Amino acid sequence: MTAAAVQVGEVDRATGLPELRRSDRRRGLLVVACLGVGLVGLAVVALSVGAVALSPGQVVEALVGGPGTEGRFVVTGLRLPRFALGAVVGAALGLAGALLQSVVRNPLASPDIVGLTGGASAAAVLAISLGATGRAVEGAALVGALGAAVAVFALSGRGVTGTRFVVVGVAVAFLAQGFLGYALTRASLTQAESAWFWLVGSVGTAAWADVGRVGGTVLAAGALLGLAHRPLGALALDDDTARAVGARPVGTRVGAITLSSALAAVAVAVAGPVAFVAFVSGPIARRLRGRGPALVTAPLVGAVVVVAADLAAQHLVPGSLSPPAGLVTGALGAPFLVWLLVRGEQKKELPA
Amino acid sequence: MLTSGTSRAGAPEQARPSGAHPAVGLVVLVATLVLAVALSLAVGARGTSPLTALTALLDPAALGGPTSPDVVVIRELRVPRTVIGLLVGASLGVAGVVMQGVTRNPVADPGLLGVNAGAAFAVVLGLSLLGVTSVLGLAGLALLGALAAAGLIAAVAASARAGSSPALLVVAGAAVTAGLTSLTTLVLLGDPAALDRYRFWTVGSLTGRALDDALALTPVLAVGALVAVALARALDALALGDDVARGLGFRLPRTRAAAMAAVVLLCGTATAMAGPLVFVGLVGAHGARALVGGAHARLLPVAAMLGATLVLLADALGRVVTPPGELEVGIVVAAAGAPLLVGLVRSRRVAL
Repeated sequence: MTAAAVQVGEVDRATGLPELRRSDRRRGLLVVACLGVGLVGLAVVALSVGAVALSPGQVVEALVGGPGTEGRFVVTGLRLPRFALGAVVGAALGLAGALLQSVVRNPLASPDIVGLTGGASAAAVLAISLGATGRAVEGAALVGALGAAVAVFALSGRGVTGTRFVVVGVAVAFLAQGFLGYALTRASLTQAESAWFWLVGSVGTAAWADVGRVGGTVLAAGALLGLAHRPLGALALDDDTARAVGARPVGTRVGAITLSSALAAVAVAVAGPVAFVAFVSGPIARRLRGRGPALVTAPLVGAVVVVAADLAAQHLVPGSLSPPAGLVTGALGAPFLVWLLVRGEQKKELPA
Repeated sequence: MLTSGTSRAGAPEQARPSGAHPAVGLVVLVATLVLAVALSLAVGARGTSPLTALTALLDPAALGGPTSPDVVVIRELRVPRTVIGLLVGASLGVAGVVMQGVTRNPVADPGLLGVNAGAAFAVVLGLSLLGVTSVLGLAGLALLGALAAAGLIAAVAASARAGSSPALLVVAGAAVTAGLTSLTTLVLLGDPAALDRYRFWTVGSLTGRALDDALALTPVLAVGALVAVALARALDALALGDDVARGLGFRLPRTRAAAMAAVVLLCGTATAMAGPLVFVGLVGAHGARALVGGAHARLLPVAAMLGATLVLLADALGRVVTPPGELEVGIVVAAAGAPLLVGLVRSRRVAL
């Protein structure tokens, strides 16, 4: 550790590390700009394509024109909230996953794997099987996700790093899976069907209140992370070094995990467990960005992924059944992850 | 760390933990298994004494002939359950040992590595698209699915840059599981009838299976178990590391392929019989290692007994905890296995 610190210092003085840092930052800005443009492009597609096809000009007219403009309801009442919900849910999941992966220092530590979404799903399906609908299901999902987070947290004991956290999380996820199976068998078939639909993760039934709640959480989390970027940066060092430079790694980690759980819980409560978004956003962001915690890039990646998946599910899947977005993210996320593994990119991040 | 090299996953030298003569342990083990069988035959909504159960088996006339309620319940319902529980538990225990041995991974479990998800997806395809209803047909499909998933994971692991590291296997397993779960969901979304059958199959249950079907599958299990036993010495060598195993003259690709075949035969068939049960392999393997150390010739039979005991006890417990209904064995096993996995991770024996 000391050796590494000295080495970094030497490199800093001898070669152009500031130079490197500047090019790194430039690349980061470029990536963020590209993702932003991509999101806007997806927005244009999302607002204009559908059963009622609109030209971009008509979309703009519908957006700025008063009530009664042609296509106004389709654009502002249906497509815009759906797009916005996809974007904020994706951002929340992407941020939650990237944050957890970086502070636990394990690429497997995503809310999907360590039981947070599992807890949310089990609680929500239990609520559905007891006859709950709408807000009550959301509340149950929130309680389930936070309960699972507390359980993983308490059970993995001191330190909360690395594989122990992940394996305890996997145990909690299996337990949640058992409860979910129980709830599904106790429900009526109709309830089981609606629970099954919820379990896929969908942004199809979007209301502005939901968008506000998830978006607000993402913004608040972003602000908190911005304030805490210094202690978070210290987590990149090992714990002893971090303590030596005056940081409190365990406290920071506890805070970051709490924040990540809250983000995942809010997103899953509204949209259901959209598979894989939290898992892949961090690795994709890191690939694009090079190095660094990628906490700005990951939510953008998540937003792009969910919106694109929702569009693909709506328009590209043939047949009358228009599947929810989570189906596309799950079916495409797995091969992508496998591809990452085969490329060997993941190797460097694995604690192998 | 998941990669936790040789020592954790069973080096022979950390063999028997202090204490009694092995024969004493063996007697206790067999006695517990017999007790579990007795409970499985006697416990239930219609409580009967083990003696009555024995009479019903040996001399039904003494209880009033083959139509008396006790005889019907025991011979028609509980005997098939018990036999299936024995077969499934033993198979999963053996598969757990083989899997942990070949991956040198202390948390390897058929559920974790995606083998069960493959079997489940194939069963869903059979239920929904192909209209398969016979247990044998579903079992064949489950075998194919397990084989495909295991092959996929092995291919990923083999084509990754640094060979098959255990951590990589787990990530690949998680990816394959999530992707297959999405596809399973897609198939079931438009098919309420298949969903209705699937939700009862997926929790794991020993009921409603005909004894003849189960017995017809026994040869497949026997082949799997024989392959596992034949691998015992190779697995011992593998525990010392790839290089040592190679140096001792074992051909690793062949060993890995044979181990995969054993796991697929055992898990695929067990999954077809009882649905995807998690944790049985994990608990069986770790329990056996704690009892008899790391030599696979001893580990395999002990893990088989432990797995069978666990499944039978869980099934018997599930019959009485929620009267008048029953809790499926898969749910009980998950609820019992999760704390065990957590305890394992927290104990010093599995230093993660």
